[in-house]
Formats: sequence, structure tokens, C-alpha cells
Amino acid sequence: MKALINWIDHRTGFRSLTKEVLLENIPGGSRWRYVWGSTLTFALFVQFITGIFLWMGYSASSGDAWESVNYIQNEMTGGWLLRGIHHWMAQAMPILLLLHLMQVLVDGAYKAPREVNFWFGVILLKLVLALSLTGYLLPWDQKGYWATKVATNLANLVPFIGPEIQKLVVGGTEYGHHTLTRFFALHAGVLPALIVLLVIGHIYLFRRHGITPAEPIKKKDAFFWPDQVFKDAVACLAVMATVLFFVIWYHGAHLSSPADPSEPFSAARPDWYFLYLFQFLKLPAFAGDKEVWGAIYIPSIFVGFICLMPFIGKWKVGHFFNVGVMFAFLGGAGALTYLAKHEDISGPNSSNYLKAILDDERDAKRAIELARHVGIESTALNLLKTDPKTQGPKLFAQHCASCHRYDGHDGLAHSLPDANSLNELKQRTSTQNRFTSSNSVHPEWLARFKDSGSTNDWKAVESILTANKEGVFEVIAGTKLKEAPSAPDLKGFASRQWIMDLLTPEIYISNRFFGGTIHKDGDMYRRFLNRKVTKYDNEEKEMLKLVAFALSAEAKLPLQAEIDKADAEKIQQGVDHLIDDISCINCHAFQEPDPDVEGPDLTGYGSRQWIIDFVKNPEHEKFYPESNDRMPSFGTKKILTEKEIGLIADWIRDDYFKSSKSSATN
Amino acid sequence: MDNKKEINPDYSGVTKLDVEGEVVSSLDSDINREVTKEDSSSSIDCHLSEAEAPTHSEENVATEDNQGERRGFIKFLCIVIGGIVSAVPFGAGIWAYINPLTREKGVDGDGFLKITSLDAIPDDGTPAKFSVIADKEDAWNKFKNISVGAIYLRKEAGKVKALHTVCPHLGCFIDYRSSKSDFFCPCHNSNFKLDGSIVSGVSPRPMDPLKIEIRNKVEVWVKFQNFQPGHDHPIPLS
Repeated sequence: MKALINWIDHRTGFRSLTKEVLLENIPGGSRWRYVWGSTLTFALFVQFITGIFLWMGYSASSGDAWESVNYIQNEMTGGWLLRGIHHWMAQAMPILLLLHLMQVLVDGAYKAPREVNFWFGVILLKLVLALSLTGYLLPWDQKGYWATKVATNLANLVPFIGPEIQKLVVGGTEYGHHTLTRFFALHAGVLPALIVLLVIGHIYLFRRHGITPAEPIKKKDAFFWPDQVFKDAVACLAVMATVLFFVIWYHGAHLSSPADPSEPFSAARPDWYFLYLFQFLKLPAFAGDKEVWGAIYIPSIFVGFICLMPFIGKWKVGHFFNVGVMFAFLGGAGALTYLAKHEDISGPNSSNYLKAILDDERDAKRAIELARHVGIESTALNLLKTDPKTQGPKLFAQHCASCHRYDGHDGLAHSLPDANSLNELKQRTSTQNRFTSSNSVHPEWLARFKDSGSTNDWKAVESILTANKEGVFEVIAGTKLKEAPSAPDLKGFASRQWIMDLLTPEIYISNRFFGGTIHKDGDMYRRFLNRKVTKYDNEEKEMLKLVAFALSAEAKLPLQAEIDKADAEKIQQGVDHLIDDISCINCHAFQEPDPDVEGPDLTGYGSRQWIIDFVKNPEHEKFYPESNDRMPSFGTKKILTEKEIGLIADWIRDDYFKSSKSSATN
Repeated sequence: MDNKKEINPDYSGVTKLDVEGEVVSSLDSDINREVTKEDSSSSIDCHLSEAEAPTHSEENVATEDNQGERRGFIKFLCIVIGGIVSAVPFGAGIWAYINPLTREKGVDGDGFLKITSLDAIPDDGTPAKFSVIADKEDAWNKFKNISVGAIYLRKEAGKVKALHTVCPHLGCFIDYRSSKSDFFCPCHNSNFKLDGSIVSGVSPRPMDPLKIEIRNKVEVWVKFQNFQPGHDHPIPLS
């Protein structure tokens, strides 16, 4: 062994090199304030290692990026830990950079002859921020996609060559495959290589000039090894422990739903350490064509000023000026960051922000579930786009909820209560029971509240809920307060219970069904429900129940498949009653077309095709040729495609993929 | 800068001493061992203390001993902590990297896939190549009905035989040569008869036969598997 080591040492001189590295003299002895450079080197080391391992699982294409990141995060053993460390260490780096910079400034370590090394540091700072920016896009999720779009659009503002720069960065005019391949090459190739070179230069120059001791020197000198190394190691351990705490707390890193150019994400924000810039641009001073000042000129001038600091610092007063400016900058950036957060949480648009987060949370969860159980054949976005559970509510909220309800809300669980004004709603809802009273907050909304408790963004949601009462009420009330429903609530449409309720006279004319329509005064109510059903004896009531069973069986609802099969006999009786005893066929066609009746065709009532045909054209002779009340012909007027109507129908019929877990909770 | 100059003589002394001195397996244990063996007249630490405080005199030997012990412990801690924090990213990375070894492979059904119908295979005994179409799980994708490989089917005395198209040697795609009526692997010139047996070349075993079933009278179903290359008998890849 001795011989081997001597042999190697003789040829490499590693012993003297390691001595050189370790026996750096530290005037005044080791100190905790010197640890930041080492923690940064350590953070870079961790990012390199985890980054290379992530690279082994990542695919930089717009059809694969989210999918592969989701695979790392949710399917690979230990993938969440790996991604989590990379993400949270990236969050730690701006803090460490700041501490390092401030230590250097306060201790005067940037002054002659260390100017060049200071500039190296400034460039390194920029490079690390560039790493953050490029890395944010790589998962290709809604959050990264929309936030990065803002950043690349800012490149447009660069004087003279802005549009060209933007095209080069994005790889074209639109975001796509080449945006990712370019960002990834920067993130995993160019920037790390530059950082390695500059860090080597940075440390070399640092050693060349030696440490700048913080005055006053109270203790005797010491070598770097082991005292300072020990302090550095403990600091690195603390950094790692903090990072691991967050990794485990959040089980990795947050992944929002797959990037969707057609679905704006109003909660898109840059990472927190860019928020001050984001807020800076909101200042009215940079409105319109002055934006370039906030986005380009002022930041550039400031960086230029930082680079000049070593010269200004030659004079004692200059040094104080430098430090003062930096602290002022920090104060300003801190205030802007606070403002940005504050505006999201309690500003006038906070309920939009909140809803965007909640909806994205739901979509992300669904995309992950579908990717796992259904499998991604093309892209995860496509899975979402063809998923009735995801698209049904959105389409319903947009096209149907102005008249219909789904379990009392608009489909997206933005509850739409019957209150006439926000004030009335507030009076009915005391602060204490806001979250617990099911009258004021919809149960499904509450369930989501509980479900998503551990997500990254949930903290923001919670603070919105506590800070902004207005926002809460707005959320409760939905996008905007709407009138009482004027068409039936379609939750459970064509199920046994729904039809039995429909056939109950007082429910029929309530707002849950036809209370807000002309059918309230139609033949169904006047001549059948009111005149006959109210006077039914028990035997007839039993018959009516069997009719409901029979009619419900026409829908072939997946949820009722089992009981329909078990009750085949009752259903057959119900069919007989429907035709003979109760005589629905006096006004409705059943099993065979009947052009003479006015009521909707009951053949296949509530089935997928029935719903599609109805929504396409309610005025079709099969449905309400004479008595359609305000319902638009979505199909014939080309408001909705057949595919979209199908998504709504499948969603209302509860006919979509459910994992065993989610169906259990349902 | 000035400080550094001041300690330079000691510094070079240390280096010289060490070159002549202890045997070490690594730098860390180097300095460590010297400390634990602590011989105050020859150890680095003594010189370090001198460098720090050149005024130390003989009376301080005892406290220096204590200090040396404390320093040794600090060095030990440095190595332990350094080891732990560096192990974390590697640990997480390797844990994720070995995922292919731990991933469970889903097996659906009996493994037989419908390839073609009997009529599509030539009656004269010449082999025909068929794609194997199946659902494929590829990391984050689940592809439905894509080709996952190919096989040769031929009729031998009225019975259908299936051979894998992948060479048992190193996995190249074996060609059927109609001119010579044999199978030939273009990579390393392995030569097989139509029944798959070796004529010449480096293949360790005959071409891999696959289990076959005729269902519903005309449907040809094959249990499609891939095998490890290089062995003298087929071992399924799992």
C-alpha cells in the first residue's frame, strides 16, 4: 500500500496538492461566516449528481417531458426523492448565493485586488439564476410553461434584436419540441460547463488572494483543515437536512398538470426568487412602451453598478455606499416579493388565482391517475382532453351552468347558491361556520380542500382563505353570482332516484327540476303529476316506482348495471306499467316512434346516445318539437361538437375511468 | 497575504516531514492516523499549532495533547459528515437508477399472441416473416397494437413451426435467403437450416423455437418471448 501510494504520489504529486488545498491559512481562525462559499460548492455538487441521474429518466420533447417527469416523480422507486432533492436544493441556492454575496460585501472581500474574482462571482450568480429559469420549464407543466412564456416574451423587449433573440431562445415563434431541446441543452450542458469553469477560476483566484478576514481579528490564525472544514461540513449538513425536510414534507417536488396552450393558467408565477422582478413589472411606471425600462434597462444598470462596486469601494465611504445600496436592494426586493404574494392572496384577483390553483390541482391529480392506470398512448394532455371527468365539468360550466346545475354547483364545484346578492350570502354565512356549513360551502369543494392539503401551492390557498374573506365568498358564489337555476339539476340524471324525484309533484315544480321553466305549467305537471299522482294510493305509488326503475334502466348507467341486472323482473313489470297502467305512452313515445305525441321520446332515455341527440337538437321531433324552453340546439348550431357533447354525457352518466381508490371514495 | 508568508517556513517543513513520514491510504486517514498515533514531536498537528502560535513553549505540551485529541475528533467528524452529505445525492440517484431491476413486469394472459391465419403461410415449406403486434409498455407510455418483434413461420409436413428472428449469438436480425433457402445472420455469418439448426458460424445454439397453438382452426397463436443471447440453450428474458 505504502509503495503504491508513494508510486502514485511520485507521478502525480497529489500529496503536496492536497496539502496545498487543505493547509490554506485563515487569518483569525475559522469562522462560521466563511461557510457560504463551501455550501454553494456543495449545492452545485448535489445539483450535478442529482441532475445527471434525473437526466437518465428525462425526455426533452413536448410530448414526453411531462410524461417522463411524472414517471420519475410518481412511478420510479426513489424518483420523488431524487427530483425532490434537485428541486429543493435549487430553491436553497438563491438564499445561499445571497448570503455569500452579502458576506463578501460586508467584509469588503470584493475590493482590490479581488475585483476579477468578484466579477466571476456576479457571473456565477447570473448563471445559477439562468439554471433556475431553464429548469423551471423542463417538466412542461402548466406552471412552468406559462411562467417561462412570460420570461421569454421579455426577451422580445431587448432593443433592436429582441424578436430574433426570442426566436432563438424558443426555437421558433411557438413553444414546442425545440424549446425544450434548447432549454435542456442550456440547463444540462452549456450552463453547467460554464459554471464549472468559473467556479474553478473563482476558487483559484480566491486562493491566490487568500481569505479576507472579517475585522476585528480576535483569534489566532488556523488552517483551513480541519477547523474551517468542520464548520463548512456542518453548514452543508444543515443545508442538506433542510432540503431533505422539504423533500419529505412535500414528497418530492410539485408537478402541476400537463402544459396546455389552450388552457391559460392564471396562477402562473415565476419561482419565488424572481417574484420581485415580476412585481416590479406590475408597477404603473412601466406601463406600455416603458416596460423595457423595468425589464431590461434598470436590471442591467443595476448589474452594471454591482460590477463597479470594487472601484466605488476603494474609498471607505464608497464601501458603505455599496453595502447600503445592496441592503436597500434587498429591502426593496423583499417588499416587492411580499407585495406579489400579498396581491395573489388578498388582491382583487385572488379568487381567480385560487380557482386556477384548485382546478390545476385537480387536473394534475387526474392526469397522474390516468397515466398510471389507463396508460399514455400519445400524450398525457391528450388523456386529459379525452377524459369526461376532466372535460365534462369544464364544458358543463361553460355551456350548461347558466341554466342547469350539477348537484347545486356549476360542475367545477364553484358553488352557485340561490342567494340574490353577495351581501345576502355573507349575512347567511357566519365567519365561524364558513368552512363547515355545507349550506355555504359545497361539500365537494370542501373535500378538495381536504384532499390537496399537502401540496406546494396549498399554503397559498390556505392563506387566501384566511386572509381574504371577499375572495372566499366569491369562490363560494362562483365566477359571478348567477340567478337561481332555471333548468334541472343534472347530477344523477336518469338514475332511479333522479327519476323518482322527477315524478314527485312538488319536486318537479321546484327549482331543482322544472320550477324555472315553462314545463312547470306543462301537461306533465298539470295533467299527470298534479291531477293524478297526488291522488295515487299505495299500490299505484308502487307501480310508479317500478316505472321509474324501468325508465332508469333505459339509460344503461354503469353505476346501475348491477342493480338493473338483479331487478330485471321488476324492470319488466315497470315497462308494462309504463305502457298500460300509468300510460306514459299517451304523451311519450316508447320503444317505437310515435310522431303524434308531444313529450320527449322515452326509448333509451338517459342513454349516451339519447343525451347526445337531445343536446344536439332539443327541438327535434323526438324531444320538444313544440315546447322547448330556451335550450339552444348545441349540435345543429355548432356550439358544441358531437365529441364534446359526448364528454358531457359521459361525465353526467358517471361513465369514465375510475381507479379503485377514487371509486371507493365516490 | 502577509499572514501566509509568515507561516511559509513551517508549511514547507510540514510537507517535507510528511513525505518522509507516515504511510497513508488516503489523505483523510493520513492526517487522522497521525493524530491518533500522536507523537507530539513528529506529528503534523504539532507543527500546525506551532504555525498558529509560534510562541508556544514546552509547558504547553500537555494542553497540546488535549488539543490534538480534540482536533482528531473534529477531523473524524468532518469525514463522517462529508461522507453523509455526499452520499445523499448519490443514494437518491442510484435508488432511482436501479429502478429497472426492481420494476415488476406485468404479465397478461398466457403470453400467446395472435399472429396470422394458417392460409397466410406458404404451403411449400418456405418461411414467411410476420410482425408480432402487441400492446407494449415503454416506461411512461403504453402503446396499443404496435409491433414488438418479428418471427418466421413455416409449414413443415403440414405443421406450423415458429422461429425467432433474433440471432442467439448477439441479437442481430436473421435474414431468410431465398436463393440458398437458408437463414443467415449478417452480423457474424451464422448460418442456419430452415428448421433452425446450425449449419456453420459462431451461434451458441440453434435459432430459438417459439411455442405455437392453432386456435379456432385457422388462427396461428405464438407465445412470443425474447431470450438471452450467448447461452447454449434459450433462457427467456424477464
